[in-house]
Amino acid sequence: MNEMKFKKKKLIMDETSIKRALKRVAHEIIEKNKGAENVALVGIRSRGIYLAHRLAKYIEEIEKKIVPIGVLDVAFYRDDVGNRIIPHHISKTEIPFDVMGKNIILVDDVLYTGRTIRAALDAIMDFGRPERIQLAILVDRGHRELPIRADFVGKNIPTSQNERVWVSLKEEDDVDSVDIREDAN
Amino acid sequence: MRRLLIRGGRVIDPANKIDGVLDILVEGEKIAAVGENLEVSDCEIVDAKNKIVTPGLIDMHVHLREPGREDEETIKSGSRAAAAGGFTSVACMPNTYPVNDNSAITEMIIEKANEADLINVYPIAAITKGLTGKELTEMSELVDSGAVAFSDDGEYVKNDEVMRRALEYSKMFDVSLISHAESKKLSAGGQINEGYYSTALGLRGIPSAAEEIAIARDIILSELVDARIHFTHISTKGSLRLVKEAKERGLKVTCDVTPHHLVLTEEALANYDTNCKVNPPLRTKNDVDALSKALSEGVIDAIASDHAPHAIHEKEVEFSAAAFGMIGLETTLPLMITKIVNAGILSLPKMIEKFTISPARILKINKGTLSVGADADISIIDNMAKVKIESNKFKSRSKNSPFIGWEFNGKVHHLIVRGKTLVDSSKLIK
Amino acid sequence: MVFKKKDLLSIKDLSKEEIQHVLELGDSFKEILTRDIKKVPTLRGKTVVNFFAEPSTRTRTSFELAAKRLSADVVNISAKSSSLVKGESLKDTAKTIEALGADAVIVRHLSAGAPKFFAENAKCSVINGGDGAHEHPTQALLDLFTMRQKFGRIEGLHVGIVGDIAHSRVARSNLLALNKMGARVTLIAPPTLIPAGIESLTAVKHGMGAEIKYDFDSVIEKLDVIYMLRIQLERQTESLFPSVREYAKLFGLNLERLKRVKKDILVMHPGPMNRGIEISYEVADIPQTAVTKQVANGVAIRMSVLYLLLGGVEIEKVAN
Repeated sequence: MNEMKFKKKKLIMDETSIKRALKRVAHEIIEKNKGAENVALVGIRSRGIYLAHRLAKYIEEIEKKIVPIGVLDVAFYRDDVGNRIIPHHISKTEIPFDVMGKNIILVDDVLYTGRTIRAALDAIMDFGRPERIQLAILVDRGHRELPIRADFVGKNIPTSQNERVWVSLKEEDDVDSVDIREDAN
Repeated sequence: MRRLLIRGGRVIDPANKIDGVLDILVEGEKIAAVGENLEVSDCEIVDAKNKIVTPGLIDMHVHLREPGREDEETIKSGSRAAAAGGFTSVACMPNTYPVNDNSAITEMIIEKANEADLINVYPIAAITKGLTGKELTEMSELVDSGAVAFSDDGEYVKNDEVMRRALEYSKMFDVSLISHAESKKLSAGGQINEGYYSTALGLRGIPSAAEEIAIARDIILSELVDARIHFTHISTKGSLRLVKEAKERGLKVTCDVTPHHLVLTEEALANYDTNCKVNPPLRTKNDVDALSKALSEGVIDAIASDHAPHAIHEKEVEFSAAAFGMIGLETTLPLMITKIVNAGILSLPKMIEKFTISPARILKINKGTLSVGADADISIIDNMAKVKIESNKFKSRSKNSPFIGWEFNGKVHHLIVRGKTLVDSSKLIK
Repeated sequence: MVFKKKDLLSIKDLSKEEIQHVLELGDSFKEILTRDIKKVPTLRGKTVVNFFAEPSTRTRTSFELAAKRLSADVVNISAKSSSLVKGESLKDTAKTIEALGADAVIVRHLSAGAPKFFAENAKCSVINGGDGAHEHPTQALLDLFTMRQKFGRIEGLHVGIVGDIAHSRVARSNLLALNKMGARVTLIAPPTLIPAGIESLTAVKHGMGAEIKYDFDSVIEKLDVIYMLRIQLERQTESLFPSVREYAKLFGLNLERLKRVKKDILVMHPGPMNRGIEISYEVADIPQTAVTKQVANGVAIRMSVLYLLLGGVEIEKVAN
C-alpha cells in the first residue's frame, strides 16, 4: 500500500504491548475453554496466521500442551467476489486436524466490518461441525456491519471510517506495532 | 447525335501506343477523333485536365450472381458497382443458379444487361454442363448467344480427358478456356494457405501444389491440342514459373492475377477475418513478391478482381463455414494505383494495358482501345484523388471486403459507355 | 497483478506471469477438492454455460464440476439439443446465450476460431474448450500444472509430444505454453502428422520453437515428460500412415521403449487413450502415467480459470 496516501500516523501498540495483550488473550482462551485440551487455532490470512502461532506458543508455555493450528484463506468465501481485484496470492487453506467436536479459535489481526469473519465461519463449517467457534482478535476497531463480536480482544481502538488500522508483525514486516493512519483525502 | 469532347487529359491508349495530352471527340456511340487541341464546336465538353483518359477498363473475372443469388448481387447492381469502380466491361462467371451452361441463360444475362443499360456484360459460359466436369456444354450455340469464353471456375475440370476434349473442341471457336487451377484432392477441406498460419490457426491448409499441379496439367493439355488456355487468379511463385516457361515456349497461355493476391498475404488471416477467405487463398510474402515481379516483367497479362459478392450471413460465421471470396469491383482501381503503380511496380500505361487491350484480346472482344471508330468506352481517372473505402458507399449489394477503412489514391472521375456518361465528377448518375 | 481478461481463447493471450497465477491458484482449488465438502460459494449466482457443438464428455464434465464446485449454476447445451441443427447461426447462438444471462460460456467447436467468433458476439466471458485443430488452452494449463506437481518446476523440462501433431489442438496449446514457461519441446511424429511451420509457431516471438524428430527412440532417453497424443483411427484411411500396426511400432509407448526412459519419467495423455495403439496396455497403468492425475487437476485448473475470469472486478472499475 502506498504510504504517501496517509498524512498522519499514531502509534497505538508497540512490541511490548502486543506481547502483553496476546499473553492475556492466551490466558483467557485457556480459562474460557477450561484448559487447552480441545482447542484448535485457525489463523486467517497472513497476519492471523502469525498471531495464531504466537498464541499457540503462549498456550504451550502455560499449559505445556501443543494446540493444533490451521490456516484459512477466505478469498473463495467472500461476499464481494466480482467487486474487488483478485489478490495475486491466495494461500492454500490447511486444516490439518478434524474440526469435529473441537473448540475452534479463529484468529485475525483486526476486527472491522465482520465480513471476513462471516466468510471464515462459512469456510470452517465446510470442514465439519466444531463444538463451538470463538474469535480472538488483536485489535477491534468497531464499525461492524454484521452481528459479530470477538470473544477475546487484544485492544479496543475507537476509530473513524477514514482511518486505517495498520498492524505490523515481525514475521512479515520486521517490526511489531499497531498504528492508526488517516486517509490523505 | 451527342457530341462530346474530352479535353486536355493525359490519354493513355496502350493498344495504339499513345500516351500524351490529347483531346478525344465522341460522336454518338463511337470515337470520332483523337488529337491535339481538337477544334470542335457545338459539343459538350468534359474537362480532363490533370486526369488520365483511358479505354474503358475491363474486369474479366466477376461474379454477378444473377440468376439465383440476387440477394448478393444482380446484373444491374454489379454493373453499377463496376461503373463506380471505373469499369465499362465485365465478364461474368457461369456459377449461377441455374448454371450458365445453355444459351437461354447466356441470352438472359445479356438481355438483363441491356435492360440495365449500364456497362457491357460479357457472359462466360460453363465448360461442362452443371459445372459437373462430365459433359461439354454446347459451345457453338453459346458462342452464338454471346459467350466470350468458357470456364468451370471454382469447379476445376477434374477429369483430364474431359479437359483435353474441351480444349480441343474450343478451337473451332477460337475462344479461351479459363482455368481456375485447383487440384481438388490436394485442396480438400482447405481453408487458407498451407504454412505457418494454417498451423497456428488450426485450419486445414491448401498447399501451393494444389494450384501448380493443376496449372501444369492444363499447360500440357493445351500444348497437346494447341488450344488457348487462360489461368485466372494465379497466386503462387511456382504457378508463375510454369506459366512463364510455357509462354517462353510460345504456347497459347495467358494469365491474370487479382489485386488482393498482389497486396495481401496470409498474415491478413491471423484474426480469422472471413473477408480474407478467398480461393485460391492469400499466400506468403514470397509469393506476393513473385507476383509483383512477374507483373512488372510482363508474365501476367491481365488484372481481374474475382469480384465475389457474398451475403453477410455467409461471412459472419465461424471461419470454416464462411464462403470464399471478396468483392473487388469498387476497390480494384484505387488499390492498383496506390499499391502497384505508385509503389513503382508497374507504370500507369502498363497497368492500363492489363485492364484494357490485354483482357480484350484474351476474350476476343472488340474493346480496349481508343481508336477512331471504336466504341466510345472511356474511363477518366483521377489518380491523385484520395479515397477511403467505406462499406455504405458500395454500389454492390454485398459488403464483403477486407479493404473497408483503407485509404487509397485514385478513383474514376468520369465514365463513358458507348457514348453515354455513367459517372460524372466521380458520381454515378444512374 | 490484476487478471483483466474477458476471455480465455488461446494460450497466446496469457503472459508467463498469468500462467503462473493460474497454476498457483490451482493449488488452492486442489485443496478444496480434497475436502469432504468439495464446494465453495465463490461464484454463487453466476451462470456458466457449457456450449459443446462437438461431443466431449470429458472436458464438459470437468468444466461442469469446476463450475459447480464454485457454486455457479451450470447449463449444458450440446450440439444435439442446440438450435445448430435447426440452422441457427453461431452468432445468433451467442446472442441467445448472452441474453439468457450467462456470465461465462465454454465453447467447444469443430471449427477453429469459433470461440473467438463467439466472444466477439457476446459480452460474457468465453473460454475456449477446444476449437478444431487450433487450441485447447485449459488442457495445456492442467498439463502444466501436472508437470509442476511432479517436478516442482516447468522451466528446463524436456517434453516430448508424440503423435498426431497436425490435427491436435492439445499439442498446439501445450507447445505454446511450455515454450512460454521455458520448457524444451520436441515433437515426435511421422512427417505426415507434422503440420507446416509448426517449429516456428513459438519461435516467431520467443526465439525457441520446437525441434522435430521422426525417430522416437533417438530422443526418448533425454525426455522428462512423454506426452502421448491420441491417434484417430480414421487417419489411416487418409494415407497419413499405412497402418495402426506400423504406427504403434514406430510411435507407440510400450514397455520395451519404457526401459530406456529417465527414472522419474512422467507419462501423460489427454485422453481418451487408445490402449494398445499409442500407449500399450501395461504402460497405461504404470504409476508414472499421470492420466488420472491430469483429469483430477483439470477440475482445479478450470476452477482457477473460472474464478479469474468471473471472480474479479470488471476492468473499468479497477482503473482508479
